[in-house]
Amino acid sequence: MRAAVVVFPGSNCDRDLAVAFQREGFAVDMVWHKETALPDGVDIVGVPGGFSYGDYLRCGAIAAQSPICQAVLAHTGRGGYALGVCNGFQVLTETGILPGALLRNAGLKYICKTVGLRVETTDSAFTGGYAKGQEIAIPIAHHDGNYFADEATLETLRGDDRIAFTYTDNPNGSVGDIAGILSDNRRVLGMMPHPERAADPGHGGTDGAAFFRALGGLLAPA
Amino acid sequence: MKARVHVMLKKGVLDPQGEAVRHALGAMGFEGVEGVRQGKVIDLDLAEGTTEAQVVEMCEKLLANTVIESYEIELG
Repeated sequence: MRAAVVVFPGSNCDRDLAVAFQREGFAVDMVWHKETALPDGVDIVGVPGGFSYGDYLRCGAIAAQSPICQAVLAHTGRGGYALGVCNGFQVLTETGILPGALLRNAGLKYICKTVGLRVETTDSAFTGGYAKGQEIAIPIAHHDGNYFADEATLETLRGDDRIAFTYTDNPNGSVGDIAGILSDNRRVLGMMPHPERAADPGHGGTDGAAFFRALGGLLAPA
Repeated sequence: MKARVHVMLKKGVLDPQGEAVRHALGAMGFEGVEGVRQGKVIDLDLAEGTTEAQVVEMCEKLLANTVIESYEIELG
């Protein structure tokens, strides 16, 4: 199993994400944003949290135009797996790989705390290790995590069971309490909370470990 | 040539920063401010011969996120 973690100028959760993958047996390549191709044999691409390009213009907007993102688009276009966490979720929406957009938090403040999430679907490689409706505690750390999509897009997400996680107590104004969503082929997941920050007993919580364990289990035979 | 691009959140997209400005104006004693929407102005210095279609493409691909934002172009 091979994971590639993209590194932009301003990424700051790239190593956390790499460690979370490695714990479950992935070989991890760190891939700089100027690369035009992913390493051969990559099963999943991780787009990490941080402040790529200083969040200039819009969060994730400049990163979405970087050379490596063209390779990520090609990878997901071929049906490859990808995970975007926090700024990575913002990047994936800016590339159009995932629908919607992340707006400034409704309360205007940067929020850094552990929040409750409800697992809305177990029908994905990312969420198969949880029970449907299970509540888990995962940290958030963002200023622009207020998920927005128009009504038609929300209908599609709901109808196709593509909402992966919702907040039990909405911290940022996200429409429908949405914390994470899946692509139409269920192989790309974007979420604002940080499962990689709750994957080791040293983190103070391990509710994110099942997330990476499920990925490792599913991709192992590939 | 120059172009000025105005980027605004679309109608129906909540603008919490605009709301905060509206509240602040009210708190300062300015009455009757019923709404504030905050946007961006982007000035482009362009080589002669750049077409409006090219500026539209810049807006669509980068300067605005048309999921949440609308834009207007002023060519000068």
